[in-house]
Amino acid sequence: MPRVAGIALQIVAYAAFAASIGYLSSSPDYRYGNERMAVVKISVSHATERLEPCEALSPEEIAKLAPNMRRDLQCARERASLTLELAVDGVGMLDLREPPSGLWSDGPASVYRRFELPPGRHRLALRMRDSARAEGWDYEHAQDVELAAGRYLTVTFRSETGEFVLR
Amino acid sequence: MKRVLAALFARIEAPLAAAFGPRNQPFANLGALGWFFFWIAAVSGIYLYIFFDTGVVNAWESVEAITHEQWYAGGVMRSLHRYSSDALVVVVVLHLLREFALDRLRGKRFFAWLTGVPLLWLIYVCGISGYWLVWDELAQYIAIASAEWLDVLPIFGEPIANNFLNSETLGGRFFTLMVFIHIFGPLFLLLMMWVHIQRHARARVNPPRALATGTLAALLALSLAYPAVSQPPADLDVVPASVGLDWFYLAGFPLLDVVPGGIMWLAVGGGSLLLAILPWAPPAKSPPVAVVDLDNCNGCGRCADDCPYGAIEMAPRSDDKAYDREAVVDADLCLSCGICAGACPTATPFRRAGPLVPGIELPQQRIAALREQVIQLSADLSGDRRIVVFACDQAGADTLARDDTGVLTMPCVGMLPPPFIDFVLSRRLAEGVMLAGCPEHACHYRLGDDWTRQRVARTRDPFLRERVPRQRVAQNWQRPHRRDLRVTELAAFRATLADGSTDHA
Ligand code: HEM
Ligand code: SF4
Ligand code: SF4
Repeated sequence: MPRVAGIALQIVAYAAFAASIGYLSSSPDYRYGNERMAVVKISVSHATERLEPCEALSPEEIAKLAPNMRRDLQCARERASLTLELAVDGVGMLDLREPPSGLWSDGPASVYRRFELPPGRHRLALRMRDSARAEGWDYEHAQDVELAAGRYLTVTFRSETGEFVLR
Repeated sequence: MKRVLAALFARIEAPLAAAFGPRNQPFANLGALGWFFFWIAAVSGIYLYIFFDTGVVNAWESVEAITHEQWYAGGVMRSLHRYSSDALVVVVVLHLLREFALDRLRGKRFFAWLTGVPLLWLIYVCGISGYWLVWDELAQYIAIASAEWLDVLPIFGEPIANNFLNSETLGGRFFTLMVFIHIFGPLFLLLMMWVHIQRHARARVNPPRALATGTLAALLALSLAYPAVSQPPADLDVVPASVGLDWFYLAGFPLLDVVPGGIMWLAVGGGSLLLAILPWAPPAKSPPVAVVDLDNCNGCGRCADDCPYGAIEMAPRSDDKAYDREAVVDADLCLSCGICAGACPTATPFRRAGPLVPGIELPQQRIAALREQVIQLSADLSGDRRIVVFACDQAGADTLARDDTGVLTMPCVGMLPPPFIDFVLSRRLAEGVMLAGCPEHACHYRLGDDWTRQRVARTRDPFLRERVPRQRVAQNWQRPHRRDLRVTELAAFRATLADGSTDHA
């Protein structure tokens, strides 16, 4: 290969290298969502009821425990599953059953979902069960929301107050 | 597949080698370029860190300031940081493919390959965490997508995605964790890069100067012409419907929108596992390793110097000879390339005293046998321009044999002790000697071609004696499948050979 051709080819190679890196480092764009839709994110993390009620320990029993382990209640660790239903404008949208986390099923149960809805006014109805009961609900909440295109509505649950929060 | 890949690389590399020269050919320097790009990213990253605000509230603003208010310094550094990280991905992926194609992973060579797999993970952890720090819409997209993906794993009590639900729940804690990961990730990457080359003697971690200058200039030009910029600031209440992706690092994220997260984990985990077991699929047979003959080892250390895998240690003398040290081979590291035999000063076919046993050699291809073979071969050659070709097994040179051309192969042409060339020519066993092997930095055993060239050029021990007429020694460094080129070069070489009676002293 003549020297000039060699140098020219080197320049072409360097230019191709730089150009492909420059281009692919920020393009092409990825269309990730539909900006004409609103997005609902629902995230609930909640420590459900224990399956067996805790037993009160007698003073003698407490005294027998190592000092750093003393407590009033003796609890079985396992918790109930979490059941969560969401209806939008009267139509069932989610029907979830989530087991508690943790190796001994003693951790909180977590639900996380994301879905799109057309913007506008909607009625969201939430029902949740966090105990071992077979029917009926421990928490219920319904609310009208105004959804805007390209924006999120987040649904969370405050365990301390037992309330759903829509934002 | 290896064969196809190898042919593909050869096809691409041929014009590049012609343009850059074999030494500067980019594909022959991919590992070294990886190190180079790492250093560029490290230096530019340290600069950026000085001006970067590590809190999630001000991060975006601080990056904007770096980019625009000091575009000539911080802006360039930022661009270099991004582009060198991208270049790292490019060269590492090519490096992986090329090492695979050259089959430098099986048997005892597993180490570099196996330690390479976690490097891939680390590179991605570093790159992805870096894109968080800008805290723009892209960062927001990555934050949510990776949190959702991580939450698929049943190890987190509370979803990580809760950190990014809306602007109220945004936790600075997680952002700080990312800053932390982006600092310690690269440090750990560097440590693992160092581990990666531990089984290589003289690993090439620096590209040749011309290539380093060229790539740095290319990245600089790119940084000036097309600076890296941020996207609009993150707003967790707004859906980033469309983002400009860095496809080198983030191409997996769009996949997450179509493939369930669990499947992606299986694919990524399974893929890594599959990659990790490739050195043993199928297991390679290990030929016998080099053996030392203490009676003939004078402890000069040349074999240890030349071994491409650091398999020879110079240990204190275990016999009563008057030398300080002796060569000891570590069988777990020795790849049976024979390059040590080519380095040993006692491996000379001219030796008269006693049988020809060098200080070190391969038991399956002894130097004494090599001498017998050359003599035998020569006896069968005819014509007045006979050529003996010494070639490595991978060079595919054995098909060159003809009435006037004899071919002797060995694991690596670096196994040939230079006195053999002298032996063939001075004893008139042939009129010419050709050394045939793989092109620069494509040597199956890494350094055999280098050492051979240097020995002939008398820049590396053991030297080829001065009295050897250099016009009778040809070298031919070609890809195995370029038999056509070997044939032409052999013919051209033969044409230059005189009848053999004139130039010998
Ligand atoms: C940060 C990323 C990486 C860097 C900087 C790097 C760098 C290097 C360097 C400098 C060498 C020595 C080259 C020589 O002197 O001959 C090497 C060899 C090698 N690398 Fe990498 N590497 C990286 C990733 C990988 C990956 C991902 C793989 C494959 C999974 C891999 C597989 C190998 C193999 C098989 C060898 C050659 C082993 C041999 O010659 O026996 N590397 N690498
Ligand atoms: S045969 Fe090759 S790998 Fe083994 S000791 Fe000799 S030079 Fe090193
Ligand atoms: S090159 Fe030969 S003589 Fe020198 S240390 Fe190695 S085996 Fe011994």
